[in-house]
Amino acid sequence: MMSESRPKYILRTYPHWFYIPAAIIFAIFFVAPTVLAFYFSLTRWTLFDATFIGLENYQRFFGDPQLSAGLRNTVIYAVITSGLKVIIGLLLATLLTSRLWLKDLLRSIIFFPVLVSTVAVGITFSVLMQPTTGLINTVLRTTGMGPPDWLGNPGMALFSVAMVDVWRGLGIATMIYIAGIMSIPDDYFEAAKLEGGAWVKFRYVVLPLARNATFTVILLSFIGGLRTFDLIWTMTRGGPGFASDVLTSVIYKQYQAGFYGLSTAGNVVLFILVTIIVYPLMRFLNRRELAEL
Amino acid sequence: MIRKSIFVLLLLALSVSATFAQDSVSLIYLVDESQNSQDMATALAEAYMAQHPNVTITVESRPGGTEGDNIVKTRLATGDMTDIFFYNSGSLLQALNPTQTLVDLSDQAFIANVQESFLPTVSQGDGIYGVPTGTGMGGGILYNKRVYEDLGLSVPMTWDDFAANNAAIAEAGIAPVLATFGDTWTAQLFVLADYYNVEQADPGFAERYTANEAKYASTPAALAGFTYLQQGFEDGWWQQDFATTRFEPGLALLANGEVAHYPMLTFALSTIAANFPDQANDIGFFAQPGASADANGATIWMPAGTYIPQTTTGAKLEAALGFLGFIASVEGVDAINAQVAPNGPYLIKESSLPDSVLPAVKDLAAYIDSGNSYPALEFLSPIKGPNLEQLCVAVATGQMTAEEAAANYDLDVERQAQQLGLPGW
Repeated sequence: MMSESRPKYILRTYPHWFYIPAAIIFAIFFVAPTVLAFYFSLTRWTLFDATFIGLENYQRFFGDPQLSAGLRNTVIYAVITSGLKVIIGLLLATLLTSRLWLKDLLRSIIFFPVLVSTVAVGITFSVLMQPTTGLINTVLRTTGMGPPDWLGNPGMALFSVAMVDVWRGLGIATMIYIAGIMSIPDDYFEAAKLEGGAWVKFRYVVLPLARNATFTVILLSFIGGLRTFDLIWTMTRGGPGFASDVLTSVIYKQYQAGFYGLSTAGNVVLFILVTIIVYPLMRFLNRRELAEL
Repeated sequence: MIRKSIFVLLLLALSVSATFAQDSVSLIYLVDESQNSQDMATALAEAYMAQHPNVTITVESRPGGTEGDNIVKTRLATGDMTDIFFYNSGSLLQALNPTQTLVDLSDQAFIANVQESFLPTVSQGDGIYGVPTGTGMGGGILYNKRVYEDLGLSVPMTWDDFAANNAAIAEAGIAPVLATFGDTWTAQLFVLADYYNVEQADPGFAERYTANEAKYASTPAALAGFTYLQQGFEDGWWQQDFATTRFEPGLALLANGEVAHYPMLTFALSTIAANFPDQANDIGFFAQPGASADANGATIWMPAGTYIPQTTTGAKLEAALGFLGFIASVEGVDAINAQVAPNGPYLIKESSLPDSVLPAVKDLAAYIDSGNSYPALEFLSPIKGPNLEQLCVAVATGQMTAEEAAANYDLDVERQAQQLGLPGW
């Protein structure tokens, strides 16, 4: 660990009182709410009063038939979006690090969707994906393809939202990859040029040496996918029926319904789930990284 | 000279505004964002302000549906509610915990103007917490009368007749039933508007349901509503794009005769009247038919109410009570009638509907006048499960069977009952 290897005199730079303001802020705004959340997740809470009911909320949350579907959808969503962001992001970064006319402008263009508010993206795409009058299907019809009902077909809704998520988040993945590729020393490319063509360069130079970038993209987009909410909510509200419900939309609906204790329990479950999935993933990826060095 | 007169004018203006400022009260009235509610609230506020120049009432809008429920609950719980607010009566009001959050109106004189049948829907314990604002509504089937005339159909008295009509309509190339699942709440009508039939087949269901003695899944009459949704999907009754069509664009399809029926509350009529004034007279209403033609009647929704939170005190409370008294008077009804087309009967004593009322409202009034009407379940029981909308959509889009949805809904109801702390759960 980093801190253990630091000399003691660095750790002792500040007197204790110097930490107090930060400690107070941390205690009031982070520690207290977390502890309270754990407590309220054990109660039947109406906002007006709370009755302690032990683990009943958790029992109920896991007995909820919508939850299993939501859990499955969450994982599907996270895997699809992070997978596609890795693949497409790497390809785009390869393109945008080549000797290209107007390279800087093109890099800004790919980053543009990241800057737009997710809610605006969601509303825009639900209009574009409208089955009869939407732009996407109007174009598809002129090419003679049978236009699908992107958000209305229960089997497709989740994937349609995932595609929009990929479009929106691709900018960050590409930027991370561009930074990764740019940091590869030129010598490797020179060597690859002698060894063979483009494939050698991509397979034996870019792919292994941009590994750190890949880990970062996977980790960021996977966490983002697990806790996604705004795009799903603006595009389908988890519908039709429960077809595109994810963990966060199930929790939000319980909150809307006034089941405050239950939805708090849901958030605790989400917290634990993210930790369980992401912590080993991070350890695994970091170990690979150290082994490389 | 000029300067002097300006000075005098200024002084006058100052003193006038000072006298107004002394006892002027301004109130904020939180109302859901639907056109109908906004128009109604604005009409009431303007009429009242014209009579009471010292009172200013500003109408503030909030989202409807479950999102609105959440806003109202959170604002009440945090003591941040507006001076007065408009909200559903019945089971949704019960979830606001009125004894702890709202001002009890039972000792106010104006409560005597309210029809007795409304009072239980805004009461908890001995307290009465709201006055009816706007009209009651019928839940059933809105239909396009021109389509019926063209095809020579007559109003169905049983569900089988309705299915037969739908087959004839589909054959003529018109979508039999409008489905607007883009606004999920609209999917619930086949279930909720069937309550008249449930009560006929199984009297006292509401009480046993509240006491945890009757379930949707195990009561055939209650299960029927879910079965109808499944039938609608399997027989292809819905129009194109049913999964994403929204409420208001859907009304255009009904008004233009591109669909024949819309299971809906009559509150949609005033939106049709506002958006399609020429076609509003083509729309009729009939009660959702059930198993038997002998027991045919309409399910009725009570009007929403206007309430005062306990955080409103002093001069604001006085002014708010005055405004509620106005809402619960014939004058208040007249103020609404002057601006908004009524969707059903008012629940204020001695008020009447204008002669110009829409034909569909007359259809509804005929059921009520002949005694063939019964309140919807949400006005007879405090429990309504929040997932009903999504469950109905799931059945109506073929993702779930009626039995699965009903069993699922029973779980949902159980959660709600426990949250409300009802005995027997």
